Amino acid sequence: MNRIAVEKKVLNENQILAEQLRERYRENGVLCVNLISSPGSGKTALLERTLERMDKSARVAVLTGDLQTENDARRLAKFGFPVRQITTGGTCHLDARMIGKHLEDWKLENVALEDLDLLIVENVGNLVCPSSYDLGEDAKIVLLSTTEGEDKPLKYPSIFFKSELMLLTKIDLLPYVPFSADLARENARRVHPGMEIIDVSSTTGEGLDRWMDWLKARQEKARLQGVVG
Amino acid sequence: MVPMHELGIASSILESVQKEAVRHPGAHISKVGVKIGELAGVDRDALQFGFEVLVKDTELEPLALELELIPRVQRCSKCAYEFRMTDFDPRCPLCGDLATQCISGEELDIAYMEIDDS
Ligand SMILES: Nc1nc2c(ncn2[C@@H]2O[C@H](COP(=O)(O)OP(=O)(O)OP(=O)(O)O)[C@@H](O)[C@H]2O)c(=O)[nH]1
Ligand SMILES: [Mg+2]
Ligand SMILES: [Zn+2]
Repeated sequence: MNRIAVEKKVLNENQILAEQLRERYRENGVLCVNLISSPGSGKTALLERTLERMDKSARVAVLTGDLQTENDARRLAKFGFPVRQITTGGTCHLDARMIGKHLEDWKLENVALEDLDLLIVENVGNLVCPSSYDLGEDAKIVLLSTTEGEDKPLKYPSIFFKSELMLLTKIDLLPYVPFSADLARENARRVHPGMEIIDVSSTTGEGLDRWMDWLKARQEKARLQGVVG
Repeated sequence: MVPMHELGIASSILESVQKEAVRHPGAHISKVGVKIGELAGVDRDALQFGFEVLVKDTELEPLALELELIPRVQRCSKCAYEFRMTDFDPRCPLCGDLATQCISGEELDIAYMEIDDS
């Protein structure tokens, strides 16, 4: 019997593709963000409000992942920006290969990375699996809604640890649900000390200015990297 | 039902085993060792189970999966002390500083394989 050291990532193939995507985003000065949450935490609703607030000339595009149906893409297509649905047909997360394939397909519709400043990926509703698959994004963003438990960050630490920003969503419901926003924030920061948190409501619009400012600041950073690199 | 996530991870591990096997004709890989960080978001029991399901009745049998859990370790930015983080408390046990960085616990790595060449 012979033991050989291997020392490579289990998801090595995905990692290689993700690094290639990251490099392409960097070269083109594109900011890519990966939105992750449980099903129904408000990812698509947030993106509706986000696209609505964008300048008509904004160079933004959205890839939205779901197990089945094109519903989310339909909801988002109304705003006039390029939107593509990725239906995974049962797979519980998006992976780098799927993103690469859809970027290729998009070229046929004249949507190319060099014409974009911002690529938003809405991952499949799931708090566990998407955290393992790097999509080459600049930042993972986790959404936690006030209709879930405050202990979600402790139960699913991986995604809260890996996300740069947490959006506490549906805060318009705070008066009606037994949810302590303070405790939720405290739990998130126990898992990820110093994590940025923005409270938002897609219904009332509260907090959306801060969210748009966050995006703008990160976009500027990505653009400068593209210029330098 | 095997959770989809761990099944996907198990099948990625098997792909690596198959690739390695090609490099050792006439030999059989009998064990693969995988490191799983506390923060990797992978359930060990589900992974073990999913792995067994995928290996069963294939030419890969017998093939064992050995999982090693890697704890979350933090390093203090002030005094450089390294400690295992428990109960999500980031405070340095030596100097009390809160600015500690995670240095391990995110692993999802293949560490080794055991080959029987007979
Ligand atoms: N009250 C309130 N409801 C919201 C808010 N945001 C989303 N919702 C509702 O929550 C439900 C789910 O919202 P979606 O935006 O579809 O959630 P999602 O995260 O995209 O869901 P999946 O893509 O299926 O994972 C819908 O009924 C929304 O109307 C909010 O800020 N306040
Ligand atoms: Mg959605
Ligand atoms: Zn210290």
